Amino acid sequence: MTTTTNQVAPESVFAQLEQVLPLVGKPIQYVGGEVNSVIKEWAGTSVRWVLMYPDAYEVGAPNQGVQILYEVINGVEDALAERTYAVWPDLEALMRERGIPQFTVDAHRPVRAFDVLGLSFATELGYTNMLTALDLAGIPLHAGDRTDDDPLVIAGGHAAFNPEPIADFIDAAVLGDGEQAALTITDLIRQFKAEGEPGGRPELLLRLAQSGVAYVPSRYDVEYLPDGRIRRVVPNHADIPWRVAKHTVMDLDDWDYPRAPLVPLAETVHERMSVEIFRGCTRGCRFCQAGMITRPVRERSKAGIESMVERGLSVTGFEEVGLLSLSSADHSEIAPLTTSLADCYTDSQVSLSLPSTRVDAFNVDLANELSRNGRRSGLTFAPEGGSERLRRVINKQVSEEDLIRTVTTAYAAGWRQVKLYFMCGLPTETDEDVLQIARMAAEVIRVGREVSGRRDIRCTVSIGGFVPKPHTPFQWAAQLDHETTDARLALLRDAIRANREYGKAIGLRYHDGKPGIVEGLLSRGDRRVGAVIEQAWRDGARFDGWSEHFDYDLWMTAADRALVDTGVDVDWFTTREREHVEVLPWDHLDSGLDREWLWEDWQDAREEVEVEDCRWTPCFDCGVCDQMGTHIQIAPVTIAPATIGVRE
Amino acid sequence: MAFSSGFSPHPKISYANAAPTGTASEAEYVEIAVVERVDPQTLATELDAALPPGLDVVEVVEVRSSDFADRLQASRWRIELPDVTVEQADEAMRALWSADSVEVQRRTKSGMRAIDVRAALLAGEVGRQTRPSQGSEANPGYAILQVVVRQVTPTVRPDDILAALRSVAGLSPAVPPQVTREAQGPLGADGVTIGDPLEQDRENRADEAASAGA
Repeated sequence: MTTTTNQVAPESVFAQLEQVLPLVGKPIQYVGGEVNSVIKEWAGTSVRWVLMYPDAYEVGAPNQGVQILYEVINGVEDALAERTYAVWPDLEALMRERGIPQFTVDAHRPVRAFDVLGLSFATELGYTNMLTALDLAGIPLHAGDRTDDDPLVIAGGHAAFNPEPIADFIDAAVLGDGEQAALTITDLIRQFKAEGEPGGRPELLLRLAQSGVAYVPSRYDVEYLPDGRIRRVVPNHADIPWRVAKHTVMDLDDWDYPRAPLVPLAETVHERMSVEIFRGCTRGCRFCQAGMITRPVRERSKAGIESMVERGLSVTGFEEVGLLSLSSADHSEIAPLTTSLADCYTDSQVSLSLPSTRVDAFNVDLANELSRNGRRSGLTFAPEGGSERLRRVINKQVSEEDLIRTVTTAYAAGWRQVKLYFMCGLPTETDEDVLQIARMAAEVIRVGREVSGRRDIRCTVSIGGFVPKPHTPFQWAAQLDHETTDARLALLRDAIRANREYGKAIGLRYHDGKPGIVEGLLSRGDRRVGAVIEQAWRDGARFDGWSEHFDYDLWMTAADRALVDTGVDVDWFTTREREHVEVLPWDHLDSGLDREWLWEDWQDAREEVEVEDCRWTPCFDCGVCDQMGTHIQIAPVTIAPATIGVRE
Repeated sequence: MAFSSGFSPHPKISYANAAPTGTASEAEYVEIAVVERVDPQTLATELDAALPPGLDVVEVVEVRSSDFADRLQASRWRIELPDVTVEQADEAMRALWSADSVEVQRRTKSGMRAIDVRAALLAGEVGRQTRPSQGSEANPGYAILQVVVRQVTPTVRPDDILAALRSVAGLSPAVPPQVTREAQGPLGADGVTIGDPLEQDRENRADEAASAGA
């Protein structure tokens, strides 16, 4: 924390950094200067945030969460926000050699000079990058070792719904939507400083915990049973909530961020502007953590989306707009919206994209509309499970008939390539379920050739290992071991190759099962996993989401060492099925979902019983709306989609 | 702005002979094709407003011929070597001049290529940069190279010049050199002076303005 009286801006590290930039790869990622980036005066602000997306700049810069909070906080007169990203190992080595601290890309200020370091974890695989950043910043790795001169380290993002594995390293975690929460925390810090910081850091953390705005791990004690399971998690101070609830922003039209999206100078993974068209998803796919923890559905209005697109394009110059959400074709006004946007931008260089994976003909109609003038290259659908049975288990309500009808429509409309996404290792899955994928892909090619009259059509099957996640019906499930995952993927590969008629038109992309085991450990781990993360990091783990940097053996060795006296191991955290009564590490963190509803949904899954989407059907009492005082927000469909298909 | 035709149109911009990553430049030229007549001064102001600090649009000139890139016949580079004395730099530069050819290896898209630095070198001077003096210590300053390099294919970059100096005289600065391109353009009659590549367009415009006024 920097005191209010300290208005002297910390010195920029740019002069030192500039010396080493010629020696590292892609130096432009470290220089900032993006269109729409903001540098506020240090003096005159009282609450200062650094926002970090703990991956490389090219991945982190387009992240919507960081861009939203960057604008929300910088919009507060006496607050400022800058950004920092993970530095690649080449720069890390030079920074250590020359004593250059972790810096922001905006004003190149040292991270430790700020009041708050807010980290957005879209995936658990960023944990080791957080440790690198803390270490380079000169901030003690363990929250308990930090002083009044260190920033508060606060985690957010989807992974923060089980922050127990990083409980040692963070001061707090914010669950759910960050917009209002960031403002509340800013207010709390401002007030604390204005009072002269009575009681120092411990008092500030206590206030955070008592307010309920954030989960403060150090204010909760975890007790274990002799067999290694958790006995209970208890607040260790008065007036602290037993359960910490997620934040839900209602009425997205009131939160029209980012208003001025960043335009990176360096190349990034998404060279486009994104507009979030709704938040939440109620399709109820049982494997999907995002769908479960972001309920209920809150749609942005058509007018609100159109004005964000127009304003965003005018202040950025982007040539592509992505209409983002968890299932964009489900927006209740999607047909009139895509038609009106397509009308508006047909004569410009702007293209629209809908990253949706819904398997139905309606989706193809939307894609046709968005590619009026362009090339119809590839369409992506996500059946997720290979067999009808397995799709009932995961509640992905798509029949093979739906899929074939959808791809038929696509090939007939001139699309040449269809990509199909699947998962391997879903609960109850057998070899036969996975082999069905080969049969289905062959059928896709067969009908594709028939309706298009061409032989150059293709189908690409993309398949990855399933990792059970907290706050989903599969949170109790056993994860499939990596050996079996790899064996099933090999069977699938052989089955596709063996098909002489269609095999050559089918591509297969897959990831081996090992990274999923580490992700599983970090996803459903408890506080004992913190020692594994720290050990792996000390042994050199960095950028674990990158296959060229990920080292499975390093992680397993680290886990063996770090868990040696605990009686539990990696298998215990990953491939072990949990019982109904077991206290899960995240049970004291409230995503709004009723635990009993989740358990019943898990039982339904095993019995292959499906649950409808509550956006269109009556409530199934998942608990979120009651618990959080929220409700589904969808716009009335007043305009019948004239030029494109009507939803069945 | 004009766009290329086809399924994925690209803006018609060409960065003629762009300076390599990590170098500064005071003489970069960009050609932008436009679909309608625009006032050069307005375009300059608007572009400048959209570019990040440090990237300054100095001037916009209307060009009608397509040979612009050919006018960039040579570049003058200023290479500051903060940990090299003037004497060391002098010696190395003399060794480079006295060689008939000095080839260095560079990784290109098509593999390693040998580049003759000496053949492209048109001029090379060593200057002295004095540092703010610290106490009574003698302050000899450090070396600054000013080199003029002919535009050849593949381009001889400042890195290649340093590699050549390393190869002929073992010059290997520990502190990264600070490199700035000072000028680019047509070579003068003396084979060393660099002219203004936009001069002829400026004259054309002036003529037009004069005839329009008459």
